[in-house]
Amino acid sequence: MAKKNLIVIGNGMVGHHFLEQFADTPAAADYTIHVFGEEPLIAYDRVHLSEYFGGSTHADLAMGTADQYTEKQIQLHLDEQVTDIDRDQREVITPKGRYRYDAVVLATGSYPFVPPIQGNDQPHCLVYRTLADLDAIRASSEGVKRGVVVGGGLLGLEAANALKCLGLEAHVVEFAPRLMPVQLDSDGGTLLRRKIEELGVQVHTEKATTEIVAGDEHRLRMNFSDESHLEADLIVFSAGIRPQDTLARSCGLEIGERGGIVIDDYCTTSDPQIFAIGECALWSNRIFGLVAPGYTMARTASARLNQDTEASFVGADMSTKLKLLGVDVGSIGDAHASTPGARNIRFNDEQAGTYGRLVISEDGKKLLGAILVGDNGPYDTLLQYALNGIDLPANPEVLILPASEGGAPTLGPDALPETASICSCHNVTKGDICCAIDAGCTDLGAVKSQTKASTGCGGCSALLKNVVDAELEKRGVEVSKDICEHFAYSRQELFHLVKVNGIRTFHSLIEQYGKGHGCDICKPTVGSILATCWNEHIMATDHVPLQDTNDTFMANMQKNGTYSIVPRVPGGEITPDKLIVLGEVAKEYNLYTKITGGQRIDLFGATLSELPEIWEKLIAAGFETGHAYGKSLRTVKSCVGSTWCRYGVQDSVGMAIRLEDRYKGLRSPHKIKFAVSGCTRECAEAQSKDIGVIATDKGWNLYVCGNGGMRPRHADLFATDLNDEQLISAIDRVLMFYVRTADRLQRTSVWMENMEGGLDYLKDVVLNDSLGIGEELEQHMASIIGTYQCEWKSTVEDPEKRKRFREFVNDERKDPVQHWVEERGQRRPAPKAETETA
Amino acid sequence: MSDLQWITVARQSDLIAESGIAVWTPAGPAALFYLPGSKQPLYAIGHYDPIGKANVLARGIVGDIKGELVVASPLYKQHFSLSTGQCLEDETVSVPTFEVQRDGDDIKLGIRVKQVEGCAA
Ligand code: SRM
Ligand SMILES: Cc1cc2nc3c(=O)[nH]c(=O)nc-3n(C[C@H](O)[C@H](O)[C@H](O)COP(=O)(O)OP(=O)(O)OC[C@H]3O[C@@H](n4cnc5c(N)ncnc54)[C@H](O)[C@@H]3O)c2cc1C
Ligand code: SF4
Ligand code: FES
Repeated sequence: MAKKNLIVIGNGMVGHHFLEQFADTPAAADYTIHVFGEEPLIAYDRVHLSEYFGGSTHADLAMGTADQYTEKQIQLHLDEQVTDIDRDQREVITPKGRYRYDAVVLATGSYPFVPPIQGNDQPHCLVYRTLADLDAIRASSEGVKRGVVVGGGLLGLEAANALKCLGLEAHVVEFAPRLMPVQLDSDGGTLLRRKIEELGVQVHTEKATTEIVAGDEHRLRMNFSDESHLEADLIVFSAGIRPQDTLARSCGLEIGERGGIVIDDYCTTSDPQIFAIGECALWSNRIFGLVAPGYTMARTASARLNQDTEASFVGADMSTKLKLLGVDVGSIGDAHASTPGARNIRFNDEQAGTYGRLVISEDGKKLLGAILVGDNGPYDTLLQYALNGIDLPANPEVLILPASEGGAPTLGPDALPETASICSCHNVTKGDICCAIDAGCTDLGAVKSQTKASTGCGGCSALLKNVVDAELEKRGVEVSKDICEHFAYSRQELFHLVKVNGIRTFHSLIEQYGKGHGCDICKPTVGSILATCWNEHIMATDHVPLQDTNDTFMANMQKNGTYSIVPRVPGGEITPDKLIVLGEVAKEYNLYTKITGGQRIDLFGATLSELPEIWEKLIAAGFETGHAYGKSLRTVKSCVGSTWCRYGVQDSVGMAIRLEDRYKGLRSPHKIKFAVSGCTRECAEAQSKDIGVIATDKGWNLYVCGNGGMRPRHADLFATDLNDEQLISAIDRVLMFYVRTADRLQRTSVWMENMEGGLDYLKDVVLNDSLGIGEELEQHMASIIGTYQCEWKSTVEDPEKRKRFREFVNDERKDPVQHWVEERGQRRPAPKAETETA
Repeated sequence: MSDLQWITVARQSDLIAESGIAVWTPAGPAALFYLPGSKQPLYAIGHYDPIGKANVLARGIVGDIKGELVVASPLYKQHFSLSTGQCLEDETVSVPTFEVQRDGDDIKLGIRVKQVEGCAA
């Protein structure tokens, strides 16, 4: 059967996306595909157009290559404008010929609107839409001083930034009384103006240009209706866009009153053979000037050509989040409170330069819209509230108040927008994960192999699991909390089984409650539970096979199979003598040394067999293991505190050391970090820690469940003005409750967010003892503290345990695949390429 | 193909139950695993992890995935079958396997490969 012809007109962002989508569908086989682009260049990323002035080339911005088109058997006609469509003959006409079609997709985009000002057609009056436009702007800017942008909307401000990048003095002229009139209100616009002026862009509002004439000092002069004027060497018009509907008009398709090719929910025009998508299309009397809705239209048209009637375009959210000239701007939903009865909450911090506005429904329950200037931090959470109609908290203002005032509530995995990047190694967004699930993945493993998420550094695995579980649950799939194929129990359930039945080995646990041999998921988990419950040495014969190599050898494995050594330096305080020992040992074993982010010193590059020797020396000098390898207490960072600092109100170093000594060695679901600051200046960054302590005049404020890392979270204020004993009892309880109830690899932050009742519940349990387990938690902690032993000390003293550290049990030789190079005076692993050829 | 050669690489007391040790062989480093309760208690595969590119497999956690005995590489956690050397995550990757036997107190590996120096990549 002869193939049908599909013709795509316009090779812009949306046209390209359509081709990408359609080429992989079954229907593609039935068509010969032609695409016509009026620009001489293959489709490029217009959203990042401004980067062209920052050094990007067309190749960097290009969305595909000619080869990729050829591979997909798409015939690409660049620099060939379609001049007409003959609907009777079913032919598309260009200066080079006529092409028969069975179906047409119009993706002609839009063009910049140039206001009808007298003199707007002289040289150096330009627009900002294509790479050719940018070349013209660059050429025009050579050797001159001042550029003016007409239009203070989103694109106008981008253009102003571009002029700045070219080294011009940039001005923005806006007709309305404020910048970004569509997205912002007057307070937001005022703040944005202030910030932009601080960056050196001059803003002129309420100016209507009446004519452009020759200038005196500069090439041109703009005369305004209020009799004032402004001179300019070049003028860029950015006063809005108009749908490119010329072709559609000339061939008689239905056009909207103010332009735009009318489409239905399937992106079909008034001619069922012709589709229109992207910025040229008018749906329900609206034009969508953003890429995302255009992409949805592209997918809809592609589905339609595949006879799929399910897919449809039903409008799109036009909320925007931008960084304009480095200033955060966000606008969500009904930002101007046009809904009847809508109420507003505004927070305008002129000092900090942030503005937030919430538009709330009459009953106070739903978020209708929002405006943010200066800080887009709350944007994702707010968007989630608005899009999904989630009930607002009783005190919605916390959503836009600065985080220090109690901390804005976040929403767990649901709070993340579809576009949130979950796995940065493989660039997988929450949306990709949802797609994978909708395409049939029903468990974590399937999502992983489909999207590749979490198969790189693995740092995203906990977040990925949360998102997948939440999404599966949403779709009514029962999410198995089983930790792996060997145990049909969650970590918490296993913990109870171990505790209640007094189980002391993995072997007896799996015999009674599991099946098979276990694996690298359940073994370390059970190892950690056993350690918390009974606190036996992790190198005990029964426990060795349960541990990850880092725990087994009590050191962190590096990329070349060597290990790092991190001795404990409680509170970051260290004597000169101890520093010297570290230096001497490092020198003797040729270890790379680095100060860590946790206020201690890491020694890298020790081989397995060197570990016990090195530790023997360190222990002799008074060091202990730092548990850098364990799911356990890492460091308690401190600031110098009242002992030296002129502002300190308590001895933060003393408290940090006391806490570090108390909780060192405690095995937990994930690592735990503390910090203690000596006053409210917070130099120890305690509010980013699982447990944060900040000194007050009267004692200590306790913060809990903070996190740095992949998904930072400020800690929540938990209790104020505690004395030393109250502080320690509260921490004992929080930690023990965490250790008992958290999931595998769940940091305190995620644990708390997933807990029903959240912070308030935790406070109730710990401070009001609502479950009546306070005493028990403290006793359990006391028993662990009582049985602490430095595991490295007992290892180096035990010849049997030391045998484990032989590189090869039958040969003294060193590992033959380690190769080193020197850099900045120390040695480091040779890059892979060198290793492979070595 | 060269002849099968049995060489003693360890003593019974060197083995660690449910875990691995590394031994040196003329064919390069090998990882020797000991699973006391199983039908076949001894397994030996290459010690070199072709994905992590380091001699580390003996230091991984031993377990089973859908009944197949495996070791998980301690570097990037891919699983290698103890009986076939096949990587479960990537069918194009595998490690060598060796025959093992116990002779009194000695643990012996059957080496078929010609004498090589350096690493067993
Ligand atoms: C050495 C150090 C970097 C440095 O050169 O400064 C480091 C090194 C590693 N970090 Fe870290 N982290 C180090 C401070 C931090 C900090 C900063 C801090 O503690 O103040 C953070 C963010 C704060 C936090 O954890 O909330 C940090 C967040 C992470 C994360 C992400 C945790 C999260 O919840 O998102 C991981 C991955 C994980 O644990 O799963 C990680 C994992 C790792 C591992 C264990 C990765 C690995 O498996 O090889 C690295 C091992 C190093 C080694 O072999 O010794 N490291 N890491 C720092 C050691 C501090 C110490 O003295 O113990
Ligand atoms: C500076 C700038 C910044 C932007 N920033 C953002 C942003 O942050 N977020 C966002 O969502 N959107 C942004 N946009 C908007 C976004 O670029 C557009 O929504 C998107 O490009 C629309 O895609 P399209 O394919 O519909 O149109 P276009 O990308 O304009 O493509 C249409 C193509 O069709 C060609 N064409 C027209 N008529 C014919 C014809 N008769 N024959 C052959 N070819 C023809 C045109 O030459 C053009 O190449 C920005 C735009 C600009 C200019
Ligand atoms: S030290 Fe931490 S941040 Fe740096 S590479 Fe390793 S895990 Fe990543
Ligand atoms: S594997 Fe997902 S972030 Fe690295």
